[in-house]
Amino acid sequence: MDTKVIKSKFPIFKNKINGKPLIYLDSANSSQKPKTVIDRISKFYSKEFSNIGRSVHSLAVTATNRFEETRDLVKKFINAKSTEEIIFTKNATEAINLVASTYGEKFINKGDEILITELEHHANYVPWHFIRQRKGAIIKFAQCNEKGEVDIDEIKKLISNKTKIIAITHLSNVTGAIMPVKKIVDLANKKKIPVLVDGCQGAPHLKIDMQELGCDFYAISCHKMYGPTGVGVLYAKKKWLDVLPPYQGGGGMIEEVKKDQITFPGSPTKYEAGTLQTAEVVGFSESLKFIQDVGIKNIMQHEKEILEYGLNEIKKNNSVRVIGDPKDRGSIISFTIKGIHPHDIATILDEDGVAIRAGHHCCQILHEKMGIAASARASLGVYNSKSDIDVLSNAIKKCNKVFNT
Amino acid sequence: MDIKELYQEIVLDHGKNPRNKNKCVGFNKDAKGHNPLCGDKVHVYLKLDNNKKVEDISFEGEGCAISMASASIMTETIKGKEFNVAKKILEHFLNMLKEGSKLGINSLSEDQNTTMMSLSGVKRFPMRVKCATLAWHTFIHAAEDKNETVNTEK
Ligand SMILES: Cc1ncc(COP(=O)(O)O)c(C=O)c1O
Repeated sequence: MDTKVIKSKFPIFKNKINGKPLIYLDSANSSQKPKTVIDRISKFYSKEFSNIGRSVHSLAVTATNRFEETRDLVKKFINAKSTEEIIFTKNATEAINLVASTYGEKFINKGDEILITELEHHANYVPWHFIRQRKGAIIKFAQCNEKGEVDIDEIKKLISNKTKIIAITHLSNVTGAIMPVKKIVDLANKKKIPVLVDGCQGAPHLKIDMQELGCDFYAISCHKMYGPTGVGVLYAKKKWLDVLPPYQGGGGMIEEVKKDQITFPGSPTKYEAGTLQTAEVVGFSESLKFIQDVGIKNIMQHEKEILEYGLNEIKKNNSVRVIGDPKDRGSIISFTIKGIHPHDIATILDEDGVAIRAGHHCCQILHEKMGIAASARASLGVYNSKSDIDVLSNAIKKCNKVFNT
Repeated sequence: MDIKELYQEIVLDHGKNPRNKNKCVGFNKDAKGHNPLCGDKVHVYLKLDNNKKVEDISFEGEGCAISMASASIMTETIKGKEFNVAKKILEHFLNMLKEGSKLGINSLSEDQNTTMMSLSGVKRFPMRVKCATLAWHTFIHAAEDKNETVNTEK
């Protein structure tokens, strides 16, 4: 893959950071945006904007069409059965909260069990914590091993006849471990337990096919897929959307409103209350086109190559400890450097234009398990090259020099 | 500017070998501080005498070089000072970090002024100011008997 060509599609790379070319290694946090996405939003506001679904004038029709075309693109991209299964949210966090709140309200009762893993981002723990509090439910954590992965046997062990839902990440945003989602779904299916997949890191880096995976819910944050902020997608099997209660109440999500009774339409309308982030959703259509143009297979192949090169280069430095060593790993390298706090690493790297993240990456449970308070994380996107890794390795050496380690 | 201006030798030295990093004997006040964004944590132990003089001060904690160095330097600087004087020193310190003003505090020796000034590089890194001030705010909390944990995000 010619990353020079790819980078040229992203205007941000024209900027210098502290006088240096930008080496962006924080895509797991949020990815950069191609010009086509930025331009699409601008064009929508300049030529097509109006609120959707509420008026009969021409602009409203155009805007509604563009919005619904995007829903259709998402449906095709993830191979859902119908557009009714695609709900736009503000991010993956909201998508998971939607499921926790509605499914939890209806199906989780006192003493019931919610099965998650120690790898989960706070977005796939805290919403379940609320249900634990509200309903007196129990959260069970499948253990992660020293390789930073969760063995399927760990999950098998914890499933009981009280398990009401399994909520797991597709790809860990700290160790990069890719979870055996398909196997877990098969296991859960036998016991009729629904599975929610936090696809935040899966969707940008893996081929995702809802028919193949078979999960009940899949949460996506579009800003990590080269798309705009403010857009998330919840995929949910129609059978759930038909029985779950609405999430937020307001305009747009009603059928008929009387003083003593309100009725609701079907999905997705039922779950999309209030004015939506219309321009951003339309902008997201260009992200999907970008990914499809490059090809998800090519992206996977390319990122694998850079990841392997990166792991290899970074491990050459004896002071570096890479967090986790999962067999199946995607696009993420979290690490610590002996004697240097991750925040100091991030500041020193930034001087060389290298953007990484430092902290617990919203995974405090996992960091505690690994015996560290924080880590530094380099995460890849389609635009990263081997030479980006070389700059990173040299910047790490500079940390050693500054701190005499 | 060179990154070395942030990580000056004095800062690195205090970061690696923090002074007074323990629970001082006979402390009568203490407070905790937390920076949830970075995970920096400090616990300040303080022995104030009847005239509100800092008889002894120490800290425990974990965090980046800047936060640890700042806590260490703080304990060295304000030990033996009246609380009101310590508060004045903090004011000067904050001005240095935020406005870039020169430090020349009469109540401190030249050495102490130099040591405090080693943190002046933080000014160019606004994200790191919280690291440098966490221990100080926690000290104030301890002295003023405020019970809640200092939280840089609140
Ligand atoms: C695995 C995982 N889940 C959930 C999230 C939350 O995403 P958002 O903040 O976009 O809702 C993230 C992003 O940080 C993530 O990496």
